[in-house]
Amino acid sequence: MSFRIFDIAGSAMSAQSARLNTVASNLANADAVTGDPDDVYKARLPVFKTIMEPGHQDSAGVRVLGIVESEAAPEKRYEPGNPIADADGYVYAPNVNVVEEMVNMISASRSYQSSVDVMNTAKDLAMRTLTLGK
Amino acid sequence: MAIDNATFGIQEQALQLQRRRLELIAANIANADTPGFQARDLDFRKALETAQHAANPDAATRSLNGSAPQYRVALQPSVDGNTVDVQVEQGQFADAALRYQAGLSFLDARIKSLMTALSGQ
Repeated sequence: MSFRIFDIAGSAMSAQSARLNTVASNLANADAVTGDPDDVYKARLPVFKTIMEPGHQDSAGVRVLGIVESEAAPEKRYEPGNPIADADGYVYAPNVNVVEEMVNMISASRSYQSSVDVMNTAKDLAMRTLTLGK
Repeated sequence: MAIDNATFGIQEQALQLQRRRLELIAANIANADTPGFQARDLDFRKALETAQHAANPDAATRSLNGSAPQYRVALQPSVDGNTVDVQVEQGQFADAALRYQAGLSFLDARIKSLMTALSGQ
């Protein structure tokens, strides 16, 4: 039983948990309005990339290349009563799409679970291999 | 009877190939959300046949560890170029794990019968 399988599943788990972290940040800041459109929170998205190790053609882990900010325009709300509204009475809400974030959350947690299953199976097989002949 | 490669026969080679399959499928599952990743797997029958017909044990080991994986044909390729179907991969992973366990059981039985022969009881 190769132990590289644990690295592969582990890399996937850390990538998916980074994705869950960005979802948590986005949802937490979904209603953080400001009076300045340049200062508003922008949705964060992780970028996944396959890691190919030279000499190990079978192994392909995954890595978070970086976190990018969404380019979508912030939501403009007319709230003249809000103390932080700009001169025209507008406040700016983050470009976080709550539905998209929920979908991302479900997808990330499912993928995380798959990797946990892979790791458990690999562990069982490795244990059985180690006790071969006993 | 000499205890060598012939003692464990085809099971040892099958076990090595199933281990490679487990690793490849684990990589597919890990990259289920990576844009542009293409799912891969081994042609088990072809790889085992090549290893069986190798001229010497070295060549057999080389072909067991070195035979190139092949890309899976995607049933529903996604827009980002990813061809991993997690359901298919989970099925294949369970299949490879089961076959690996079967290989272990055969090896286990072989070792136990050798131990019986050695201890003479």
